[in-house]
Amino acid sequence: MTTDNTTVQALIAQASGLAPTLPGAGLPWLKDLRAAGLDRFAKLGLPTQRQEAWKFTSLRPLEKVSFGPAAESAPVSIDRIPSVLPGGPAHRMVFVDGRFRADLSQPGALPAGVVLESLGEALARDPDRVAGLLGRTATFDSHPLLALNTAFLADGLLLYVPRGVTVADPIEAVFLGTPGSAPAAWHPRLLLVAEENAEATVVEHHLGLPGATYLSNVASEVVAGPGARLHHYKIQMESLDAFHLATATAHLGRDATYDTFVLNLGARLARHEARSVLDGTGITCRVSAAYAAAGNQHTDFTTLIDHAKPHCTSREVVKGVIDGQARAVFQGKIIVRPDAQKTDGYQLNRALLLSPQAEINSKPELEIYADDVKCSHGATAGELDDDQLFYLRARGIPIDQARALLVGAFLDEAVEEVQVEVVRDHFRERLHRVLEGHR
Amino acid sequence: MSLLEIKNLHATVDGKEILKGIDLTVEAGKVHAIMGPNGSGKSTLSYVLAGREGYEVTEGTATFAGQDLLAMEPEERAAAGLFLAFQYPVEIPGVSNTTFLKEALNAVRKTRGEGPLDAMQFLKLIRARAKDLNMTEDMIKRAVNVGFSGGEKKRNEALQMAVLQPRLAILDETDSGLDIDALRIVAEGVNKLRSPDRGMLVITHYQRLLDYIVPDVVHVLAHGRIQKTGGKELAQELEAKGYAEFGVNEAA
Repeated sequence: MTTDNTTVQALIAQASGLAPTLPGAGLPWLKDLRAAGLDRFAKLGLPTQRQEAWKFTSLRPLEKVSFGPAAESAPVSIDRIPSVLPGGPAHRMVFVDGRFRADLSQPGALPAGVVLESLGEALARDPDRVAGLLGRTATFDSHPLLALNTAFLADGLLLYVPRGVTVADPIEAVFLGTPGSAPAAWHPRLLLVAEENAEATVVEHHLGLPGATYLSNVASEVVAGPGARLHHYKIQMESLDAFHLATATAHLGRDATYDTFVLNLGARLARHEARSVLDGTGITCRVSAAYAAAGNQHTDFTTLIDHAKPHCTSREVVKGVIDGQARAVFQGKIIVRPDAQKTDGYQLNRALLLSPQAEINSKPELEIYADDVKCSHGATAGELDDDQLFYLRARGIPIDQARALLVGAFLDEAVEEVQVEVVRDHFRERLHRVLEGHR
Repeated sequence: MSLLEIKNLHATVDGKEILKGIDLTVEAGKVHAIMGPNGSGKSTLSYVLAGREGYEVTEGTATFAGQDLLAMEPEERAAAGLFLAFQYPVEIPGVSNTTFLKEALNAVRKTRGEGPLDAMQFLKLIRARAKDLNMTEDMIKRAVNVGFSGGEKKRNEALQMAVLQPRLAILDETDSGLDIDALRIVAEGVNKLRSPDRGMLVITHYQRLLDYIVPDVVHVLAHGRIQKTGGKELAQELEAKGYAEFGVNEAA
C-alpha cells in the first residue's frame, strides 16, 4: 500500500477539511461512517499491483497528479448530451464535476412512492430513509476506493422504488467532467434500491469534455429485493485525460433479476469493478461489458459473482477490442458457496487485438464449493480475420470501414446482452460512432 | 473496346511461381471462359486480379479500363467496376447481408461521385434483385453467408453482382458445390447481367457451367499459361478429351 504519496496525502487532507461542511455532518451515524472511510483509506492508501485484485492495473499515473476539489457550478450546456430515448430523456439527473445540478436536471413524473433525488438533498432533508442503506453493500474494509468514496460521501443519486412499483422509462444519470483550472477529484455515490417486485432501468452516462483531467471515483450501491427487476447500465466516455474508477456492489434477494452492462469507451485509465452477491434462490444475474481501447488507454473490467444460495443463474459476456498500445484487463471471479447447489454459471471473455502492441490480461477464476453445479467459462484473444477483411474490400468497402464493420459486429455480440431494447439500440449506435472515428 | 488487358503476367504464392506469363484481353460485351485443370493457376489469376494479399506479381501488367489495375487497392478495383464472385464466399457473423450490401453499394457509388441511396430506395433495389434470384427476405436479413448452403452462398454472390453492377465480373468456379437447380438459378442471374458494356470472365474446371452461361471465347489455362484460345466449341472438345493434350493427366 502506498500512503506516502502526494495524491493520497492531498485526498486525506481534503476529506478531513471537508467533513464538518458536508450535508448531514451533524448526524452521528453519517459522521462515523465518513470517519471510518477516511481512517481506512489513510491506512490502505491507493491500491498497488502487489494486491492480487490490482495485479494488472497500475494507479501510478494517478499518483503523479495532485487532485483538488472541483470548482463550483461550472457553466455548461447539456444540449448535446445524448439520451437513450429518441425523443429525449423522461427522467434525467445531471451532475457536473461530481455536483448535482438541479438547474440542469429533470426528474420527470414518477409513480407514487418513487424517490428520485440527489443524495445531497436526501441527506439534508430525509436522512433516515438512507441511514440503514448507505454502506450496506459498499463495504470498504479491504477496498481503498470504496473507503475513499465513503470519506467524501455527500453527493450522488438516490433511487428508491417501493414494493410492486414499476418505473417504465429509463432513469438517466449524467456525470459530466469539465476542464477546471487544476485537476479535480469527485466521489459520487449512487444508491439504487428496488423493493420487492419493483422494476426500474437506470442508465449512467459518464462523459468528459476534451482535455479535462480529473478523477471520478464512483460507487454504486444496489439493493434488489425479492422478485425485483433492476436494469443497471453504464456508458463510460470520459475525457481521454481522465481517470475513471468505479465500484458497483449489488445485493440481490430471492427471485430478483439484476441485469448490468458497461460500455467502456473513454478515459485514460478506467476500471469498473462489479461485485454481486446472490443471496436468495432463483436469482438471475447478468454482468456484461463491451469495451474499445486505443492509443494509451487502459481499461479494466473486474467482476465478482458470489453464488451464496441454490438455483441461481449468472451470465457474463465481456468482449473488447484493443488497438495501438492500449491495454485491457478482465478479471472474472465466480464463487459458488457450498450451499449454492444447482447453480448455472456462464462466463465468456473475448478480445480482439488490432495492433502488435495491444495487450489483454484475462483472468477467469472459478471457486466452486458445491458439487451439483453447471459452470462454464471461455477466454480467447485473436486478430481480425484476413479472409473477412478481403471479402469486404473486394466489394468496395474501404479498409478502415471494413475493419470498423468487423469490430462492430464482434462487439455487438456483447451489447446484445443488454435486456432493455432502447438502451441496447442506443449503446450500439454510440459504439459504432466511436468505431467510425467520432467521439 | 478492351476492358481488361493482361500482358505477360507472372505471379508467385509463397515464393512459388504459379502464373508464368498470362496474356489475355477481355472486351466489353464479351463473355470469356477460362478452363483449366486443378492447379493450373485459375484461382490465383482471379485473386491477383482482385488484389488479394499474398499473391505477388513479379512481372507483367494488367490494365483495367485504362488504369493500372495492379497499383490499386482491392476496394479501388471494386469501385472501378471489377467484381470477383468467390469460389468460397466468406461467412461474416454479426454483419447482416443488408448492411453489407448497403455499405458496399454506397462505397462504390461514392467513388463514382454519386450520393448514397436512402434506406427506402436501397431496400426496394435489393428486394427486386433478390426476387430475381429466388432469395427470401430472411436470406437478405441474415448475417453474410452464415448458415447458407452452398447454393445460397453462390446466389448471394450473384445478388451482390446484380446490386453493384460491375463493368467486369470474374466468376471463380461458380459451379463448384452446386446442384443443377442452383446452377440454373445462378446462371440465369448472371445472364441477366450480360450487356454490351459489361465484360465477363468465367473461370471453371468443367464445361457444365458453360451450357448455361454460353461464352464468346474460351481459353485453356494450364501450367500457368494460356495454352489455347477458341470459340465455345473448345469447351465441348475439352469435356470430351480432357486436359491430356496439355500435358495434364487428371486421372493420375
